[in-house]
Amino acid sequence: MSGQSAAGPPRMVTSAERLRRLLALVPYVVARRAVGLAETAATFGMTERELIDDLNLAWCVELKSPEPFCPIDLSYEDGEITISQAESIARPLRLAADEASALLIALRMLAEAGGDSDAVASLIAKIEDAAGAAAAASSQVTIQIDRPNGPGVLAALNEALSAGKRVHLRYYVPRRDEATERDVDPIGIRVIEGGTYLKGWCRRAEGVRTFLLDRILDVAVLDVPAEVPEEAESAEADERLFRPSETDVQVELELAAEARWVAEYYPYESLTELGEGRLRVVFRTPNTDLFRRRALHLGEECRVIAPAELAEEVQDAAAAALALYD
Amino acid sequence: MSKRRTERLLSIVVLLLSSRRYLTAEQIRASVSGYPDAGESFKRMFERDKDELRELGIPLETGKSGAFDDEIGYRIRRQDYELPEIHLTPDEAAALGIASRVWQSAELAGAAAGATLKLKAASGDIDGEEDAQRPSRSIEPRLTTQEAAFGPLWEAVRDRRPVTFTHQGSGRPEASKRELEPWGVVYRRGRWYVAGYDRVREAPRVFRMSRIIGQVKLSGPAGSVKVPDGADVSELVKDWDRTPPRDRTAVLRIREGAGVRLRQWARDVAAETDRWQGWDRVTVSFADSGWYADYLAEFGPDLVVLDPPDLREAVIRRLKGALA
Repeated sequence: MSGQSAAGPPRMVTSAERLRRLLALVPYVVARRAVGLAETAATFGMTERELIDDLNLAWCVELKSPEPFCPIDLSYEDGEITISQAESIARPLRLAADEASALLIALRMLAEAGGDSDAVASLIAKIEDAAGAAAAASSQVTIQIDRPNGPGVLAALNEALSAGKRVHLRYYVPRRDEATERDVDPIGIRVIEGGTYLKGWCRRAEGVRTFLLDRILDVAVLDVPAEVPEEAESAEADERLFRPSETDVQVELELAAEARWVAEYYPYESLTELGEGRLRVVFRTPNTDLFRRRALHLGEECRVIAPAELAEEVQDAAAAALALYD
Repeated sequence: MSKRRTERLLSIVVLLLSSRRYLTAEQIRASVSGYPDAGESFKRMFERDKDELRELGIPLETGKSGAFDDEIGYRIRRQDYELPEIHLTPDEAAALGIASRVWQSAELAGAAAGATLKLKAASGDIDGEEDAQRPSRSIEPRLTTQEAAFGPLWEAVRDRRPVTFTHQGSGRPEASKRELEPWGVVYRRGRWYVAGYDRVREAPRVFRMSRIIGQVKLSGPAGSVKVPDGADVSELVKDWDRTPPRDRTAVLRIREGAGVRLRQWARDVAAETDRWQGWDRVTVSFADSGWYADYLAEFGPDLVVLDPPDLREAVIRRLKGALA
């Protein structure tokens, strides 16, 4: 059903979504004989109250003919659910085309990124087998990610991760055109928006940081155990690479048609079409260095509208650079 | 309303799964709570319920139980309904846990979550299942789809339907209308592409989804797109996105401490003397794509191109452009 909004409690669940959930919930409990309410609610991403509502609904199902009959019998006591009778819905429904494809594509992404290849390959085979025709559409999606420069870097990081060791990085920061030295306790490898990153606890910044593997100039595995604060490891919720903050500066650029790609590279706050392919885009950034470099890169295809200081910086840098050619 | 409807739909599923025979609409009405008396309003309600069940992927079959039945009936065959037995090893369960978190976008994140629940429901308790719930100390890829065109294009590819859309190529002042028979979608270097047969250009074409503006419209029935044998969508995208070889040499003068990345890949770095004390002469290989001059301009007053002359001119042009 269309038209439901995702915003704000109480969350509306359509009858179709709820049925889909019930048809997985019943076999989930059946396959485990007895299972905790809290654990089940967490697995299904619902509150215990919602879970109990669903269980009550299933329990209430009654067929009237030929004679009255309750096909589902269950109980939840002491925080534990048991289903003693589930008749014909004791097994889950087959995977739909979207479901099979979504999972198979995700697994191929994992394989491309260099995850546990044996387990991923055998899981792909099992799912393709179980899904049958529903898996067909997934073959029309191809995933290609770049292998980070220098295979040695990924290998060293994997070694550090499995051994639980700290690493020392020489890391390039392009907006300052500078190599930095830092010790990092690795949390994991993430592949986001086409880039492969090390996520880790940076001892210099005393915070969770992500490091693009392509920018790691050098890595050494240290003979020191990694110490990641517990709260840092679980803070996985927002993994977007760019997180706008209150203190960010607004950068407004006018881009020629040739420079439209800039709006694809950095998340922007607003975008206005000016005709003939020209754009006016407002970005938010903690530091304008990156945009100074970008403006020099784009030359006449870009005009800095705001802030005025940035526009001036670009002019000064271009003038000073041109003087070197005289 | 939603609760009663869910109850009714669940009853139909249980009823039809338990019956070997086809049951008529009237038999279903008599068995299931919540329907009104036979009549127009029941018919409408039953039609909607059937649609909803089919949309959920429930294989609702129609047919007649015997040669002498004149009314059509419904059933759900258990072998069509049930997910086959599947057993996961702890390593596979861990991979499933990671895979279920890969999609970050509305279109397929829900589908991946739904599939994961079904597989968990099918496979019972797995050793190490709890470990798989924890963000693991391993590789966790993420797939995002910020492109509005992704949803309809995925649908079109899945159901083999042609589409129409407006495309704004980079560097082109005019947007153009396209009619495409989509062969597949490709995720490459963090971006989504669709490739297929362009009916207007009468040739295979690749489009970056972020350059599609406005709505993508499905313009033909399901199954009407034929993907030719041997069409390799990923090769098409690779060709479109090919990086030229680094077969040219440039000599740069770079201020000490600057150009860290350029030095990393340099063929030679030598300190300058006299007037250029504090600078290095750096020899690098580069690809002749036009893009390299733009990249060098980024370094502003920390870098001078000495050779070749065409690269030097291109950087000067870029800097003059920034000054204008």
